[in-house]
Amino acid sequence: MDIGKIDQIIEKHDSEASLLIQILLDIQSTNNWLPKEALTRVSEKLAVPMSRIQHITTFYKTFSLTPKGRHEIHVCVGTACHVRGAQDILATVEAVTGVKPGETDPDLQFSVETVSCLGCCALGPVMVVDGEYHGNVVQAETAEVLEKLKLAETAETLEKLKQSETAEVVNLCACQ
Amino acid sequence: MSRINSPAELESFRKEILSQRDPDKPCITLCSGSACLATGSGKVFAALEQEIEKQGITAEVSFRTTGCHGFCEQGPIVVIYPQGICYLKVQPEDIAEIISATIKEQKIVERLLYVDPNTGEKSSLEEDIPFYKHQQRLVLGANRKIDPKSLEDYLAVEGYQALAKTLFEMTPEQVVGEVKDAKLRGRGGAGFPSGVKWDFARNAPGDQKYVVVNCDEGDPGAYMDRSVMEGNPFAVLEGLMIGAYAIGANEGYVYVRQEYPLAVSNLAIAIEKAEKYGLLGKDILGSGFDFTVKVHRGAGAFICGEETSLLNSLEGKPGEPNARPPFPATKGLWGKPTNINNVETWANIPLVINKGADFFSAIGTENSKGTKIFSLVGKVNNTGLVEVPMGASLRDIIFKIGGGVPDGKQFKAVQTGGPSGGCLPENLLDTKVDFDELTKAGAMMGSGGMIVMDEDTCLVDIARYFLEFLSDESCGKCTPCREGIRQMLKILTNMTNGLGQEGDIELLQELAETTKGSSMCALGKTAPNPVLSTLKHFRHEYEAHINHQKCPALACKELIAFYIDPDKCKGCGACLRKCPADAITGEKKKIHVVDQGKCTRCKGCFEACPAAFDAVRILSGEPVPVAVPEEV
Repeated sequence: MDIGKIDQIIEKHDSEASLLIQILLDIQSTNNWLPKEALTRVSEKLAVPMSRIQHITTFYKTFSLTPKGRHEIHVCVGTACHVRGAQDILATVEAVTGVKPGETDPDLQFSVETVSCLGCCALGPVMVVDGEYHGNVVQAETAEVLEKLKLAETAETLEKLKQSETAEVVNLCACQ
Repeated sequence: MSRINSPAELESFRKEILSQRDPDKPCITLCSGSACLATGSGKVFAALEQEIEKQGITAEVSFRTTGCHGFCEQGPIVVIYPQGICYLKVQPEDIAEIISATIKEQKIVERLLYVDPNTGEKSSLEEDIPFYKHQQRLVLGANRKIDPKSLEDYLAVEGYQALAKTLFEMTPEQVVGEVKDAKLRGRGGAGFPSGVKWDFARNAPGDQKYVVVNCDEGDPGAYMDRSVMEGNPFAVLEGLMIGAYAIGANEGYVYVRQEYPLAVSNLAIAIEKAEKYGLLGKDILGSGFDFTVKVHRGAGAFICGEETSLLNSLEGKPGEPNARPPFPATKGLWGKPTNINNVETWANIPLVINKGADFFSAIGTENSKGTKIFSLVGKVNNTGLVEVPMGASLRDIIFKIGGGVPDGKQFKAVQTGGPSGGCLPENLLDTKVDFDELTKAGAMMGSGGMIVMDEDTCLVDIARYFLEFLSDESCGKCTPCREGIRQMLKILTNMTNGLGQEGDIELLQELAETTKGSSMCALGKTAPNPVLSTLKHFRHEYEAHINHQKCPALACKELIAFYIDPDKCKGCGACLRKCPADAITGEKKKIHVVDQGKCTRCKGCFEACPAAFDAVRILSGEPVPVAVPEEV
């Protein structure tokens, strides 16, 4: 992450140590996760020990110390969604993406998170994919939404490969 | 209009706004709360804007987006005033018809009306829909009338009248007295009398004091505070300022979950507008009273709903609780006297001041006054936010307003109070909903989550679910909470996996009592409630899990098996095609068989089997008969 951007965020909060959580939230929302260099920079600029930053970033759920996937899937497992079958939706998400809650796949394609309540209980079970809400979802629909994303990802990857020089290598491999 | 410098200027501004508004002019309102946005309110908004222009009626109608109307299951909701015609589940393609029929020709678009699932009756007016008819929306009512981003709209519904009255006609003591006389109790969960709490902070020594809004609504299944904050942020700010004046504070904080982005942004807009008009900042309304407010976004921790944890979090620390006393009223934020109230409590304050303590205390029961907003969710026909006077019965809320349990299923329990609350069975449905009665029944008011469960919900699993949540959310600072919850969760997980043992119930009870009695903060003290209340009312379900490895609700996956009844199977292949695990074998016209080893118990076959055949059965606590794939 660009150091200049981190400094900008810190300055926006007047380099105020008590606003540490707000600063980290802004970095997280800009960068999607909190890289080590960002935390070191915050620690230096605010004169807050790294141990406290570590304590905070591991205490609060929002913060992620590892990179997030290109597609973020949130499955609400609040009580209202739970009684309407959120566990089945979560199982489908896991089965289709191969990613467990709280984890991201090595290709950085999907990140799966559970949320304890999105406050859309009337629409439960709710799944949010890249910020888009899917309410009253059933397993089949869940699988469909995610399969489509996967297909789009594959198409995109192939497109990129075609455009890059590696396309040749791929062709060669295909011939063999 | 620039800064408003006196109550007289406020009134003349209000008159000016009202004079520009013709109450008879058609006004289209569109709910833009989070739930309606999730169901496509944004697209409906674009369609409305476009269609109003296309049909050339820009001058003849007014149009506004509003906060949450409460009937979230039926969103996006469009209400047309002055009549109050209510259209539900409106899609962009419905807009042209709504405008040409209802606005231009005063005709109703029948297909968008509410249809009672029980009687089949249609309601064209909002107030006739049973969901709304039995409510008393004193706090939530303004949501549907105003654009939460418009200070003018808030002024048009008597906004800031209470603040002007407070600053110019009342002493701080009188304000505290009024809130005490109104007998308003905190809506966040504990139900502590707000006036008494204010008095503590007011009488605490110190020049610097703080007021805080707690909008860290972490209870899964509850979203009242989000709706109030999103839909009417000015009311919360007005209440907060009145409290600040009464206590002697000049600085306030709003602690709001960052999972509620719309609440954060609407609040920020409200603050900016209020500052612009001099309704926040220095010398408010020319009274000499200064007040500033800052927004703090919570970073996701349930425990931060607890006062002392919230304050630690506000100071930029991990949200771990402190032992009380000292209470925040004497030693709160930065060690200064601080008063924290929940969003709904603050939003009640303008009402108490405007209408007076007598009006407020005339509503409700002896010790619980006013109204309370509940989030009525789960297995209920009309899900959404419900505001009723204290003392309404659970039965009225669930059946009269909520329309009962869907799909002809049997009501089993209602869970109130979130993870700190309890589950109440059918024979307690006539319990009056107030702070004391719910506690007496073994549940609690909490912040107002009300989750309805039907015959398919396993209460042992629900207890396990809450403990799993709490085990995740326990900050770990004190041992009874950290370890007590974890051990109880272990026992319950074993039970739902068919590994329950004799003596588990007694051990659970002992652990529950210890955790309750010796944890440091409310999270641990109330964590055993879901276990204790389900044990009290649904002990037979626990016993079935332990003694017979049976889940009576057929919900615990490890305790159920799917079996295709050979006498009923017609060999149609519907289940086979649906099975994601290839666990069903069979050919056309031959009896299908489930391979128990492969089955993931996803229920797909059960749902796929045509109702006329009804061949898939769910078994629990009994051996699965061996079926032969012979011809039908």
